[in-house]
Amino acid sequence: MAKVYDAGVKDYRETYWMPDYTPKETDILACFKVTPQDGVPREELAAAVAAESSTGTWTTVWTDLLTDLDYYKGRCYAIEDVPGDDTCFYAFIAYPIDLFEEGSVVNIMTSLVGNVFGFKALRALRLEDIRFPIAYVMTCNGPPQGIQLERDILNKYGRPLLGCTIKPKLGLSAKNYGRACYEGLRGGLDFTKDDENVNSQPFMRWRARFDFVQEAIEKAEAETGERKGHYLNVTAPTSDEMMKRAEYAKEIGSPIIMHDYITGGWTANTQLAQWCQDNGMLLHIHRAMHAVLDRNPHHGIHFRVLTKILRLSGGDHLHSGTVVGKLEGDRDATLGWIDIMRDSYIKEDRSRGIFFDQDWGAMPGVIPVASGGIHVWHMPALVNIFGDDSCLQFGGGTLGHPWGNAAGAAANRVAVEACVEARNIGRELEKEGKDILTTAAKHSPELAIAMETWKEIKFEFDTVDKIDIAHK
Amino acid sequence: MQDYQSSLGNADSRMFETFSYLPTMNAEQTRQQIQYIVDKGWNPSVEHTEPEHAAGSYWYMWKLPMFGETDVDAILKELEACHTTHPDNHVRLLGLDNFAQCAGTSMVVYRGQTV
Repeated sequence: MAKVYDAGVKDYRETYWMPDYTPKETDILACFKVTPQDGVPREELAAAVAAESSTGTWTTVWTDLLTDLDYYKGRCYAIEDVPGDDTCFYAFIAYPIDLFEEGSVVNIMTSLVGNVFGFKALRALRLEDIRFPIAYVMTCNGPPQGIQLERDILNKYGRPLLGCTIKPKLGLSAKNYGRACYEGLRGGLDFTKDDENVNSQPFMRWRARFDFVQEAIEKAEAETGERKGHYLNVTAPTSDEMMKRAEYAKEIGSPIIMHDYITGGWTANTQLAQWCQDNGMLLHIHRAMHAVLDRNPHHGIHFRVLTKILRLSGGDHLHSGTVVGKLEGDRDATLGWIDIMRDSYIKEDRSRGIFFDQDWGAMPGVIPVASGGIHVWHMPALVNIFGDDSCLQFGGGTLGHPWGNAAGAAANRVAVEACVEARNIGRELEKEGKDILTTAAKHSPELAIAMETWKEIKFEFDTVDKIDIAHK
Repeated sequence: MQDYQSSLGNADSRMFETFSYLPTMNAEQTRQQIQYIVDKGWNPSVEHTEPEHAAGSYWYMWKLPMFGETDVDAILKELEACHTTHPDNHVRLLGLDNFAQCAGTSMVVYRGQTV
């Protein structure tokens, strides 16, 4: 029977709270952590989140009756306690796939983390996880090359990749910058990297940097006989400018470019990733601004969601945190989002903060990049945590070597190979790390000096954003 | 402070990817790494090349990949046979992972005269 228009304000829960709903295989599912204002009932608020992130507005409108709202609406189908925290609860919301444009993480996130985050009845709101149905995954382009193809392109097998971010972050001239890259690459690195805020400043315009760095790569390749690259950062004020820089990187033979996917924006990132796939370029992704969104345990977007966004939008590398270095990152949660980057199918696992099964089908994986305050003493733990399909990136831990970048690079390369060799014969890296490195250093004065230089440096602060665990 | 010894003119500067920054493995160490390939369920494959063409993706296959071979001695024998037949060439052993459709690992076991 047809509905009748009844103007006025209805409780959200009358329309959007559906505890008996069974999510469809094709639904996009989201888990929000909701912190209500005092006195707002859970069901009403959870339903409001479902409404405001999908079809709803604050009042009934006559145009609702021109469509099949019951088909298009998002609906809250479950509410759960947050273990260890009584101030908030989890709301699980299902969105029909037709609400979103195909292949557009931009469109999905505009709905899911749009107006709803400013909703007054909420004290705070955090998007914890999204389940993207395989039907939606298939509409996205994803990583341009993927892990296996990157290995084949670069001829790197059976070990983590090794990189270095050039420091100081800002202020070097193009020629001096290329020198720093060359020294690192000839010492045994696979990659050097532009820091995120290196774009095209007056002290070093992009084109001069690209030219000098490419010369550095080519000489280091001829010298060592190994394939190498440098993440040329093409992040730019406009996407036209970004594409211009990307085209030039390709023209001079660079194998890889880089983009900051959050500050640069997901539209630009998706465009660049598709271009990279069409042009045989690898794409390294930096994540500046992520901690603004993901560090507060009660408000924002969890990094595992940002990880999924990037895999759909496209990128071959993504910074993941190190667990052991200077930057925030809970170990179990990090292991969770590393799996989200690399694996084809990830099971729900609350102990690692994963709320949904996620099926990526044939979509290629992303290589996690561990970067930020790490040095040779961390190598055994890094190899153990990240495994071979990773990129370990030592900035200060390469350039700060007393004998310079080449020696710093060689120290890290010897250390990573010694750890891989030891792991392969069944040794426990995190337990026996000191012995493994000390033995390797007997044949490498570069490693011995690196170990001496950084032996006391630790970053032992507690993690701010932890997995929610029971305290009751 | 020590100078970093590496140059275009010195052939000793040429490296060979995984494990080439470690001292040359002895027979027992090599066996253990081959055992790792076997334990991972990867298919051993022997390849060789003239040193001047080492940079390419394709080296010559020594026979076909040893599908299903789990005997470390048998794998060592093929490496040695390849080396004996092509003493001036580099010889490497790959572990082919047919699920990843990519080599799981690769190591140069014999080095020819590097250029």
